[in-house]
Amino acid sequence: MYSASDLRRGLKIEIDGDPYIIVDFQFSKPGKGQALYKCKLKNMINGVMFDQTYRSVETFKPANLEERKMQFLYAQDNEFCFMDMENYEQTFLSEDQVGEAKHYLIDNLEVEILFFGDRAIGITLPNFVDLTVTQADPWAKGDSVAGDTKPVTLETGYSLRVPPFVNEGEKITVDTRTGEYVTRVKE
Amino acid sequence: MVQAIRDFFVRRGYVEVETPVLIPAPAPELHIDAVEAPPMYLHTSPELCMKRLLAAGYERIFQMCKCFRQGERGELHLPEFTILEWYRTHAGYEDFMYECEALLQAVAGELNRSPTVKYQGKILDLEGPWERITVHEAFERYADLSLDEAMERGCFDACMLEEIEPHLGIGKPTFLYDYPASMAALSRLKPSDRSVAERFELYMGGVELANAFSELTDAVEQRKRFQHERAERKKLGKEAYPVPEKFLEALGLMPEAGGIALGIDRLAMIFSDSRTIDEVVAFTPEEL
Repeated sequence: MYSASDLRRGLKIEIDGDPYIIVDFQFSKPGKGQALYKCKLKNMINGVMFDQTYRSVETFKPANLEERKMQFLYAQDNEFCFMDMENYEQTFLSEDQVGEAKHYLIDNLEVEILFFGDRAIGITLPNFVDLTVTQADPWAKGDSVAGDTKPVTLETGYSLRVPPFVNEGEKITVDTRTGEYVTRVKE
Repeated sequence: MVQAIRDFFVRRGYVEVETPVLIPAPAPELHIDAVEAPPMYLHTSPELCMKRLLAAGYERIFQMCKCFRQGERGELHLPEFTILEWYRTHAGYEDFMYECEALLQAVAGELNRSPTVKYQGKILDLEGPWERITVHEAFERYADLSLDEAMERGCFDACMLEEIEPHLGIGKPTFLYDYPASMAALSRLKPSDRSVAERFELYMGGVELANAFSELTDAVEQRKRFQHERAERKKLGKEAYPVPEKFLEALGLMPEAGGIALGIDRLAMIFSDSRTIDEVVAFTPEEL
């Protein structure tokens, strides 16, 4: 159990059966009074935020969270299937839970799946993923200036802007945190 | 700032004193936890030793020193901080209100060459008299609950923090005074109304800056209050702390007096227009 003095930004606790992360935290103590711990909490399953002030006598259950290394297998009917690389068990995340990560999910990609107890609730991607360009206009030499970009579509269906020299069929590295082009992959 | 404070007290005939930081028994207070330095404690305030000096015959004393409080860390709190305490015999809390006004006017005069200070976009006028409001009136004016209701529901501190403090010390500093008797700590009850204690807190720009008492000089009553605080601490699973016997012994000999503790780091925040206490120390605990 955590006590109120353990509360800080980033701490994950369980409230009413759901995992919450403390996204904002303030300690205050009026006069000779008791310490008050003002927290903004975010539900790690549905993203709902709320404010709560705790007192020093309160205790908190750590959220039973664990990240497991898993491999993306396939997507079907808005469900994304992942396989545990140690015991080959499969688990599913909904499209909502996967969120933006779906732009980078290619077969066999290794990711971290966040579990709350037995329940998969989130995904952490590697910072950089290499993806194949499936659609790009050819580079019209001469009519572009430095710093120009053009739109391309990747194998996952994700579209982004890249430098004009990137061709269809080539692989590029994308930063999954920003969704931006990093470099062309030399095969 | 510190030099201006020293000059002020020396001009007024105060003697600067130094008392031990390492003490065998901190004042048992429910919500103040000492840092342990077995078999001793780091003091949470020099209050007990300074009152022993009053009992020994000193009449006007001041001290600026480091104090330590376990677990206090926030935008206005550091577990190690600098406190200014001063004590004067044959004086009560109202005398200390005037002396606070004079002290901070002297500091502002020295630092700003003006009786005003700009804090977080607002001008604070330090010309006296400053605002005075009782705890009871503050609840009536700013809180949803009355003082009695808040006490009954055990949410005095939450109301104070959320609804009252943000209004205090805006435009002019504010003295919030006459605390409920149950929050007297080491202060005496008001002779004309024993439901309140002669205690005040000084606020500037919503920041609590100082806490003052007409000192309780009744050792029997003080022992009772310590025992009560110790029992309450035990209930919460906290260490009860030994009874400060030598202090209680001296208290019987102490003349009528008043005393006050003022947070020097917070005063530095006000005069340097800093939003958090982090900005006025060389290193925060996290930076060490």
